[in-house]
Amino acid sequence: MNADLSLVIPQLILGVGALLLLVVGAFSPKSTMAICGAAVATLLIAAYAAATAPFGRAFAGGLVSDQASAFAQVAIYLASAIAIPLGQPWFERRGVRVFEFPVLILLAALGMGMMASSGDLISLYIGVELHSLALYVLAAMHRDNAKASEAGLKYFVLGALSSGLLLYGASLIYGFAGSTVFSDIAVAVKHGANTGVLFGLIFLMCGLAFKVSAAPFHMWTPDVYEGAPTPVVAFFAGAPKMAAMVLFARALAQGFGGAIHQWQQVLVVIALTSVVVGAFWGLAQKNLKRLWAYSSIANIGYALLGLASGDQQGIQAMLVFMVLYMVDVTGFFACLAALSRQGRSMETIDDMAGLFKEQPWIAGAMTVFSLSALGLPPFSGFWAKFYVFKAALGAGLAPAAVAGLVGSVVAAFYYLRLIKVMWFDASQGPTDRPPVEARAIGMTLALFSFPVVMVALVWIDPLARAAAAAFGLA
Amino acid sequence: MPILSLITYAPLVGVAAILALRLTGRADDPKTVGAAKWIALITTLATLALSVLLVAQFDPNTSAFQFVEDSAWFASLHYRMGVDGVSVLFVLLTAFLMPICIAASWRSIETRVLEYLIAFLVLETLVIGVFCALDLVLFYVFFEFGLVPMFLIIGIWGGKRRVYAAFKFFLYTLLGSVLMLAAILAMINISGTSSIPELMTYHFDPAVQTWLWLAFFASFAVKMPMWPVHTWLPDAHVEAPTAGSVFLAGILLKLGGYGFMRFSLPMFPQASHLFTPLVFALSVIAIVYTSLVAFRQVDIKKLIAYSSVAHMGFVTMGIFSGNLQGEQGALFQMLSHGVISGALFLCVGVVYDRMHTREIAFYGGLVARMPVYAAVFMLFTMGNVGLPGTSGFVGEILTMVGTYGASTWTALIAATGVILSAVYALSLYRRVIFGELTNPKLAGVADLDWREAAIFIPLIAGTLILGVYPNSVFNLTQTSVDHLVTVYRTAVGG
Repeated sequence: MNADLSLVIPQLILGVGALLLLVVGAFSPKSTMAICGAAVATLLIAAYAAATAPFGRAFAGGLVSDQASAFAQVAIYLASAIAIPLGQPWFERRGVRVFEFPVLILLAALGMGMMASSGDLISLYIGVELHSLALYVLAAMHRDNAKASEAGLKYFVLGALSSGLLLYGASLIYGFAGSTVFSDIAVAVKHGANTGVLFGLIFLMCGLAFKVSAAPFHMWTPDVYEGAPTPVVAFFAGAPKMAAMVLFARALAQGFGGAIHQWQQVLVVIALTSVVVGAFWGLAQKNLKRLWAYSSIANIGYALLGLASGDQQGIQAMLVFMVLYMVDVTGFFACLAALSRQGRSMETIDDMAGLFKEQPWIAGAMTVFSLSALGLPPFSGFWAKFYVFKAALGAGLAPAAVAGLVGSVVAAFYYLRLIKVMWFDASQGPTDRPPVEARAIGMTLALFSFPVVMVALVWIDPLARAAAAAFGLA
Repeated sequence: MPILSLITYAPLVGVAAILALRLTGRADDPKTVGAAKWIALITTLATLALSVLLVAQFDPNTSAFQFVEDSAWFASLHYRMGVDGVSVLFVLLTAFLMPICIAASWRSIETRVLEYLIAFLVLETLVIGVFCALDLVLFYVFFEFGLVPMFLIIGIWGGKRRVYAAFKFFLYTLLGSVLMLAAILAMINISGTSSIPELMTYHFDPAVQTWLWLAFFASFAVKMPMWPVHTWLPDAHVEAPTAGSVFLAGILLKLGGYGFMRFSLPMFPQASHLFTPLVFALSVIAIVYTSLVAFRQVDIKKLIAYSSVAHMGFVTMGIFSGNLQGEQGALFQMLSHGVISGALFLCVGVVYDRMHTREIAFYGGLVARMPVYAAVFMLFTMGNVGLPGTSGFVGEILTMVGTYGASTWTALIAATGVILSAVYALSLYRRVIFGELTNPKLAGVADLDWREAAIFIPLIAGTLILGVYPNSVFNLTQTSVDHLVTVYRTAVGG
């Protein structure tokens, strides 16, 4: 038992930390700053614990600790740690003084940590539910705002539906394969999945596609992004997607490695649909948060294309992609959270007109994130796509790779339009002084996106390769 | 001393200095702006000095890559730089045109000058990087990132339809480039290396070559630009500020030709041979058709832009002729076109700065008011036509001789392009410079001032030196081009 517990120390730290901080908050609700600080510290300690955790299988295979879970957990906890200083001051400036925000982030991080290291269908479901419930509340955190409440409700209803799909799929798989543990399922489907398991697998994939907001299960994304508070979007556009993708990869690779030819084609279709939907629907958007929702749909499509390659190179590509994408999307929304004009948030493309004149550094950072999302070298988004397309071509998915690349040219139009509006158009009047923390986070992440990424990849590349090797594919 | 990296990143020192100025002072303070201009000019001149040093140290007796830098990066990529006879002169050309671009914008750019200078310096770094990169991915990074500063230059400091032109430029080239990216990734997967020198000796399966060739062709044909994907060029040229046009015509168009010589020919020789008729056909259509289109233009810049497309037709024709004269001619034509078309756009800029119109009908009889300008314009018009004694002649005659060896008919039709170029260039000159000075607005127009004259002097010298002593170029390129042709001909068995 002790040996089992030592493998899940990061998750234990987060669980205990969240509960303790909840108690502290309940007794002295005024001490939000201290709670935030403690929450960030907890996340950093958990990240360190994840990086140094011993490898092995705990609780009869229910939770797994390996290079992959370590890699994903470190990335997820760091991204969650950024969300707290970005979000709390934002809420306080809008008169929402709640200590639950950092606690909810901790709970979400715990759920994501479980997703990243889940080894069977039960821990998969618990992880997904734990992080989803925290996210539903976070989306509606700005409770006096009608749009935020709407976003929270929508997110909850559709999320519950997807959880239902997930659970139904899991029960089918259990029924036909005889086990909930991935490694046992893998034995059962060594020579391809039979109809019953396949049925369950498809439901499972639909549920997970919902969580990563891949088309055609993407409908909730634009509405939730638009309604939810911007710093919360910065959080849940990044880390939860990473967790869900790692879970996706683990379930498919470790549970259904023998059925690769059956799930590969499904993934290719989902991936390309996402790229197309993200590229074309994005063209019509006027609200930047909706626009980036479609951008994230397209980007998840690329990540899924990496996963669809179904080999070690593909999973490495997916991991690198998600880390780099997380930086981009968090940075962009951090910049967006920093912007307001006479106290009103700036959210439409028209609001950005002439931003370069008002806020040259923020406009510069947003340009970097846009170019990166466009996939232009040498920004991080290019390297992300570089890995994915290399893997897809290597796995013989050449037509899909070329289609994905052409889709990125279509999407280029809306990123360019944003840049055009910021740089070419006349200013709409002065903006407010950007809050220092959002600005600092945006700038730092922009620096990572370019030029630091070119050095950082020297470290990320071998780590991601080791992590991908842990999934046990060829 | 890693001289290639030094040359490549030298302009970034200027960028850093200008950013520091921007942080300390107000962006629109005349003192800051003046200082920034001098910083940019000095940086580009220093880069030029380094490139001259590079060419002086270059050993023309070997076809191997020289001044090679190589250090491992990630994912089995390398940071590899190096030049051979094909690329070394492009480095010099870029460094040579850059101070001219900066000087040409000295007064004509009035808004956001600091950002403008930064965009140009970044562009210089990227283009030199393209010519020096010896790793496929590194090449792609430099090649593709160049779109951003050019997009901003056209979009911010351009003319009336600048937004349309900037988008068209960006999306056209991006579409070509992503296909090339797919090919690059496929090549890395197949051969297991991203090193350009190694890939130049790698034998791809002919069936694969066809696809790879087409993907690279998609990118380079747009960059070149070849008919029928040339339509972004006139728009981009017309809307870009003068220095932007100079850079576009002088250097960016050369990336396509350089790409054909560096990738298509040596890496996919069988496919190149297979598609030679296609390239020849597109080239002669470009030469004849765009020459005729040029003749009908009412906008001076558009006319020169179309003439650029025609001249690039000679380049593609020469490259795919696959023999020594053709390759040397194409290389020479690219250098010569870089100088001459750059100079012609500057000539347009001179009158545009004074009158703020580029309409041919607005002008006429300028020789009476601007005799020095008329003489300068005359020289470059003649260079554009290909008069013996100017650099334009050498390139055209050699590419045609080379093509004659490969396809008589192609050379024959292309030769009519020489006549057509005389038709549009001379009629442009007649309508702008000669005739009665009827437009009263032109009565007070001033001749070239010392700054403009100083800009033209190196260009005049370049045109004439290249024209009467072309061996200055051929001595440097001979060995490398020889090697290229031998390898190509062995591969296709001719």
